[in-house]
Amino acid sequence: MPIDYYLNIAVSGVLTGLVYGLAALGLSVIFGVVRVVNFAHGEMMVAGMYGAVLLAGFLGLDPILAAPIVAALLFGFGWLLQRGLVNRFVERPEHMQFILLLGIATIILNAMLMLFGPDSRNVQVPYGFDTVELGPLLLDAVRLRAGAGAIVVAAALFAFFRFSRTGKAIRACADNPLGARVVGLNIDGLYALTFGIGAGVVGIAGALMTLLVDARPQLAPEYTLLSFIIVIVGGLGSLPGALLGGVLIGLSEAMAGFLLTPSLKSLFSYVVLIVVLLLRPQGLLGKRS
Amino acid sequence: MTRRGIVLLALLGALLLVAPAFADRYVVSVLTTVLWFAYVGQAWNVMMGFSGLLSLGHALYVGLGAYVSAALFVHFGIGPWLGLWAAMLAATAAGCFIGFLGFRFGVRGVHFALLTIAFAEVARIGFDHLQWFGGSGGFFIPVAGNAGDDLLNLRGSPTLFYYVILALVVAALALSRVLLHSRLGYQWLAVREEPEAAEAVGVDLFRARIAAVAVSSALTALGGVFQAFYFNNLFPEQVFSMGRSIEIILPAIVGGIGTLIGPILGAFILTPLGELLTFLIEVTGLDLPGLKQLFYGVALVVIVVYRPDGVWPWLARRFGLVRQPGEEA
Repeated sequence: MPIDYYLNIAVSGVLTGLVYGLAALGLSVIFGVVRVVNFAHGEMMVAGMYGAVLLAGFLGLDPILAAPIVAALLFGFGWLLQRGLVNRFVERPEHMQFILLLGIATIILNAMLMLFGPDSRNVQVPYGFDTVELGPLLLDAVRLRAGAGAIVVAAALFAFFRFSRTGKAIRACADNPLGARVVGLNIDGLYALTFGIGAGVVGIAGALMTLLVDARPQLAPEYTLLSFIIVIVGGLGSLPGALLGGVLIGLSEAMAGFLLTPSLKSLFSYVVLIVVLLLRPQGLLGKRS
Repeated sequence: MTRRGIVLLALLGALLLVAPAFADRYVVSVLTTVLWFAYVGQAWNVMMGFSGLLSLGHALYVGLGAYVSAALFVHFGIGPWLGLWAAMLAATAAGCFIGFLGFRFGVRGVHFALLTIAFAEVARIGFDHLQWFGGSGGFFIPVAGNAGDDLLNLRGSPTLFYYVILALVVAALALSRVLLHSRLGYQWLAVREEPEAAEAVGVDLFRARIAAVAVSSALTALGGVFQAFYFNNLFPEQVFSMGRSIEIILPAIVGGIGTLIGPILGAFILTPLGELLTFLIEVTGLDLPGLKQLFYGVALVVIVVYRPDGVWPWLARRFGLVRQPGEEA
């Protein structure tokens, strides 16, 4: 088998992995600041997918153009969720937060099942079957666009946290909530903003994902688990780690799907998780606590 | 418990004991489901309720118990009373391995919960591909043709299974009570409430936690053995599914995490509600997939927001069923 073949699969895996990484980034942002694990993350991602599917169906929008609209909607949802429900659980024991979000996840998942049915829905784009030749590589146009979109959004997110005043305030909240309160930051508002941003980011990841995968409600728990795996593999609280973990999982999935049978590919992600937990429990880019 | 509490519990026990004599087949089957969830809820409670370890992958132990005992029976003709030891061993080994991975490397709280989900998922995908266990096509235990109850091979009428699960619930309740008042039980509570303080007074955190996982997974495996022989069919997609893991934790959460009666009460609330919902869906013709699960999601949110300690502690206080701290006996 020529080496080009493997290279092609590897690059495809990396591009898909970038979208996974973007989804995990949303989870990491919420956990890093609000200290609540968003167990409804995959459900929000699939909601983003359906957003893109509906926008394509009714307005003929390309998923990449639909992404900002989906992001705005999910931002609003995340903001309201944090304000209305999650915020009063911030000080509660971890398992109660978990149970709350599990309940929310179950509600979103089954609401989607009732609204859209169990069948998969896809988005038709004019460049759906185009390929781009890059040296020895032959890449799907959809995959290339999805990966590029994920990089752009991730870069914007990094820039926001690094340079903007609000981004710095959120980071201050994450480092030391009490200190942030002392200097006069509105913690509750910033928490809601962060949850909104995390939901918006995963919404964009969902919209981009429709370029690669058909939307089905059943994908939601898978994506939740996938985001968790990526965040742990990459290192808790590390944003670059989330992206790196996503790429790694995307790569391993693609390779496993190719070398073994496709139905075993998610098994491979769990194996990666277990190996990372054994050898480097703080994750690839995580700091030792 | 106060005298009133004990009398009520005894009354319930007596009622359950004679129920099959009066109730029809449908009621017995519903009660069997109730008791099954009460049983596995109690088993889960040992980890979460007593020692503060959140497991969201208990379907793994149910599944291992079910598959191991069923495979031994079908492939080698080894009956369930022998097979259950192998089933418990397999589940305990899996539980201890997960515990070892988690507790050694400080994977705590939510991330430990995640690890438990990951292993249940690995099992689900793995069993889909293991032909010896029937793969994704399912594994079946032949249904006995001859009538009559055969307790030795756990083949027979629904009433037989009803009494088996009732005995399991009573045994698990008794065991939980004994454990909770043992040295190990006090260690668990200390580890749950304040790990650092527990360690400071000499509790071996690792050992106490592993013990909790071992007890809980072994008990849960018995629930799996029962399930295998009661339903006679096993599918990885159902047995190991995450939805199943969530169903297992619901009774204890609704009834009251960490209480002895909580999981039983929770099962008595949830299963009949679910049955009622199924009935209403049938009557109204409102056949929407996911409606029942949606209801469970709402129940979770409502309970955790309004009764975070569960229904039982509130009920017990309200009606004086348990002795309040400081009250004379």
